[in-house]
Amino acid sequence: MSDIKKIKEEYLNKLDNDLDSESVNQIKTELFGKNGQISNSFKTLGSLPNDERKKFASDLNSIKEELQEKINFKLQEIEIKEINSKLENEKLDVTLPEREIKQGKIHPVSQVIDEISSIFSEIGFSVEEGPDVENEHYNFTALNTPDNHPARDMHDTFYLDNNKEILLRTHTSPVQVRTMLNGKPPFKIIAPGRTYRSDSDQTHSPMFHQVEGLHIDKDINMGHLKGCLNYFIKSFFEVDKIKMRFRPSHFPFTEPSAEVDIGYELKDGKIVIGEGNKWLEILGCGMVHPNVLKNVNVNPDKYQGYAFGIGIDRLGMLKYGINDLRAFFETDYRWLNHFGFDPLDVPSNYRGLSR
Amino acid sequence: MKFTMSWLKEHLETKHKDTQIIDKLTDVGLEVESFENISSELDDFKVAKIINAEQHPNADRLRVCDVDIGQQNIVKVVCGAPNAKKDLLTVYAPPGSVIPKNNMKLTVSKIRGVTSYGMLCSESELKLSDESEGITELKPSKYSDKIGNNFFKNNTEKVVDLSITPNRPDCLGVRGIARDLAAAGAGKLKSISHKNIKKDGCQNIKVSIIKDKNQGCTIFASCLIKGVTNKESPKWLKEKIESLGQKPISAIVDITNYVMLDLNRPLHAYDADKIDKEIIVRNSKKGETFEALDNKEYKLDDGMCVICDQSGVLGLGGVIGGTRSGTELETKNILLESAYFIPRSIRKTSKLLNIDTDAKFRFERGIDPQSVELGLQKASQLISEICGGKISKFDIQKIKPYKNLEIKFNTSLFEKVTGFKVKENEIIKILKQLGFEVSKKKSELNLKVPSWRPDISQPIDIVEEVVRIKGYENIETIEPKKNRLKDTLNKQQKLFHFLQRSVASKGYLETVTWSFTDSRINNFFKENLKEIKIVNPISSDLDVLRNSIFSNLAFYLKKNLDRGFKDISLFEIGPIFKNKQPGEQLTVIGALKLGKISRLNWNEKDRSVDIFDVKKDLIQTLMEAGYDKQSFFIRDKSPSYYHPGKSGSVYLDKDDIDPVAYFGELHPNIVKKLDIKTEGVVGFEIYLDYLKDTKIKLKDQKINFEYSDYQKSERDYAFVVDKNYKAQDLIEIISSIDKNLIRSIKIFDIYEGENIPDGKKSIALNVTIQSSEKTLEENDLEKINKLIISTVESKSGAKIRS
Repeated sequence: MSDIKKIKEEYLNKLDNDLDSESVNQIKTELFGKNGQISNSFKTLGSLPNDERKKFASDLNSIKEELQEKINFKLQEIEIKEINSKLENEKLDVTLPEREIKQGKIHPVSQVIDEISSIFSEIGFSVEEGPDVENEHYNFTALNTPDNHPARDMHDTFYLDNNKEILLRTHTSPVQVRTMLNGKPPFKIIAPGRTYRSDSDQTHSPMFHQVEGLHIDKDINMGHLKGCLNYFIKSFFEVDKIKMRFRPSHFPFTEPSAEVDIGYELKDGKIVIGEGNKWLEILGCGMVHPNVLKNVNVNPDKYQGYAFGIGIDRLGMLKYGINDLRAFFETDYRWLNHFGFDPLDVPSNYRGLSR
Repeated sequence: MKFTMSWLKEHLETKHKDTQIIDKLTDVGLEVESFENISSELDDFKVAKIINAEQHPNADRLRVCDVDIGQQNIVKVVCGAPNAKKDLLTVYAPPGSVIPKNNMKLTVSKIRGVTSYGMLCSESELKLSDESEGITELKPSKYSDKIGNNFFKNNTEKVVDLSITPNRPDCLGVRGIARDLAAAGAGKLKSISHKNIKKDGCQNIKVSIIKDKNQGCTIFASCLIKGVTNKESPKWLKEKIESLGQKPISAIVDITNYVMLDLNRPLHAYDADKIDKEIIVRNSKKGETFEALDNKEYKLDDGMCVICDQSGVLGLGGVIGGTRSGTELETKNILLESAYFIPRSIRKTSKLLNIDTDAKFRFERGIDPQSVELGLQKASQLISEICGGKISKFDIQKIKPYKNLEIKFNTSLFEKVTGFKVKENEIIKILKQLGFEVSKKKSELNLKVPSWRPDISQPIDIVEEVVRIKGYENIETIEPKKNRLKDTLNKQQKLFHFLQRSVASKGYLETVTWSFTDSRINNFFKENLKEIKIVNPISSDLDVLRNSIFSNLAFYLKKNLDRGFKDISLFEIGPIFKNKQPGEQLTVIGALKLGKISRLNWNEKDRSVDIFDVKKDLIQTLMEAGYDKQSFFIRDKSPSYYHPGKSGSVYLDKDDIDPVAYFGELHPNIVKKLDIKTEGVVGFEIYLDYLKDTKIKLKDQKINFEYSDYQKSERDYAFVVDKNYKAQDLIEIISSIDKNLIRSIKIFDIYEGENIPDGKKSIALNVTIQSSEKTLEENDLEKINKLIISTVESKSGAKIRS
């Protein structure tokens, strides 16, 4: 009995020393190996008298457990120490650059179209589209602009045939015509898209983007038009208040017609929307002309409503401080990178229009 | 349309200030483009300050001055004045300005080797005094905060410039503008004073309007003024003409112009002695010619409205006069024409002959047919006052009596359209002031439309008149309702939106390029599509609609290489055109990529982009959009602008007829022709119109959630196949052996060379096998293992590599 206690004391002492895992395993073998001291002690059990055997066995087991526990503890301790010392040598320069990042971008025109769609979605408009190539009828005649009308001169039109019957649409208004011909009132749509005029300088580009709006129902009047545009402009420029001015104007397809100016001021050479006493023209609108409604088989005595057309590129320029319209279409990698938007920045009602 | 305030006030009695009138003009729909002084040559002279003066290196008497001319501009001026010293405030004349004393125009010049930009002026040079010793000295107390300002006050009258919309010809005359302002409460329209002019004798040149088909002239009024002395216009008239930026010519021309600008009543003066016997207004005959006042000879077509005499064409009615009968300073007797021409006829003629004149611009929009006499009266009176001469009786020929249009107007329409109420009395008052004759009949107004308003034809036009005069600010703002008639986006639009952002998220920059392109580049990509020419392109290198999304992308790819970029990923989503009828277009995504992956990155070796980069982007994009990769099928057929061996097409399903996308390397010949030096331009196209919507809605897909917890096993195989054998076929053979057990197949090596016979290659794959019913036993695995090998060998002719 005292033997095994001695063994226990002796080895517990040994294990208290600073050991490496090899020495601990050596101790483990000395104790529990085939000829280990504890293993051998167990072998003596059979030769003991019955009454002693029980007691001895119990003591032996508890010593065995104690030693095993100590060994395991020691081994774990060594392992952690070893890992820790290994980690000391694994220090990386984490300031080195990460692997290559390729960040894609969404063009500002696309982003602005999505912003516009999101705003109008909130007040119940749906998106319609029409072809880029139009015939003269949809682009002009059906919109109350007959061939002999001087208003046609306001549009420098690209033609695809010598008879001037097929052309690139000069505005998104033909989508109004197509939408109304294909459906039944009420209509509540916007139609963003590419438009074309043979004009090119700092503020004109042969291709640009417009969004058309159309709301036709039984009782839609100019007050609704004002409210809708007021809502849109405020939301788009993300301001609480906007100075807005409706001015009488003329478009063949609306009567009465208006142009809309918004107030701005120049601060440090930059345009600040919504304040100041300068006016900036941003869109044309009006009540859809009864002749247009007749042309698309809508009874103007029963239905009325408004339409508007807004320059998308220009809105984007104002909101994001872009100076040159032509740069939109020049595919300069630096420009696209600077003015482009992260693809995950999807304008939406609940997350907000923009960061 | 330009006019001065003083001219306006000849028609408008008003106490309004200029700024109030400007605001009113905007409010009634007459857009003010500008309201400024006419620029004067004296505007060039600026208050300036010498901030430094040094001795000229090569001349004792000259000094070189740094001059602050305002707005942070400093210029160097060489000056000989003894008083030119630091801090002196003086007057600076820039290059291009004209010195009042001697009318000398300044240029940038070198004075003894030093360049001088402009001049510092003495009082005598500015005609302020006789003081010529030294330059002007300005008092700091008065001028120190005015550096850069104009030195001379501009005394010219301010000119209003309006942009008149095509529906308002009446406002192309000052009187029309005054009328609108009066109706809007900015004053009172003065009545036109009628001096009784003395008329002597008959207009004895016979005038006849021939009743041709579509005769473009319906009224021709005229009078003779005999014994005139044409001369320079008097000062008041010259100033009027000049105030609008036009050049005075002679009294007779200036008077007709003046009446036109004042009343929007174009007139034409003929030298009566050059008219051969009579005036005939008729349709032209094809081939007739005449020389117009712009000194061009015009060859006429059938049916243009011409003014003739017995010898032939004198002029194109309402468009342009002819040289044969033009007035000159020597003209003694004139025939003054005041006529009405039909807008449609004017427009047709001027379009065909490509003539744009002031008269054409006005007649095309519609001249007041009732103003023929008023015009004759005013002009003939002025001519006889200024040039002398006797005025004949007026001869008025009409082929159609004029009748004012009448409109029945129910005043309730006003509120229905505008959303606010205006009392009937006020409506009547506004309309009367605009020149309508109004009579009330029960709930309706009977309106006689004034002859100068050809734009008004129906009740809605009356609404516009009243609302614009009343003011748009009276329209109340009604908050929009948030009800929705249908979904914001349809499925195709959602797809567009999704794919656009999906491609961008893979590192591509989105661009937007023209829908037209250079036919030479388009030809590389158009395949068998028809070229669609633009009749009037903006420039010769944008002469066709694009048949492919790649032509502009490739062009701009090259441009960015020239800008010094080496690794480029670009894409565009937009229309391409199959043919020129409306709707014959497709929506396509095109993406191009070139350069290297991980260029100059410390922890990865760089490599050139290749077709498997773009294939990954393409396939992943389609997957993200909800298409099932398991059913995709790749063929090695692609359009000819791709590298024949390094390109392919993607079908959503093996049985589909049309591919939804192409990917590959651009054909090296095209890359060379585009002068792109970097090798291996890769890209892909997705055709949105061919992406059919076969998807089950997510809410139906998600419901079927099945998974297996039983153990997976993996097995590797290497098969030796013919070199041209497609990996896709091998995968299909294996996966169709047992769709329930074979979960995934990965190709991890392709090998040709040593130990592989010529014309063969080895494809190594890893197959994952898992049952959803039980843990597979060794013999189950062995069974499927054997089946895989035997099936592949028998179906593909492959040999398992041992």
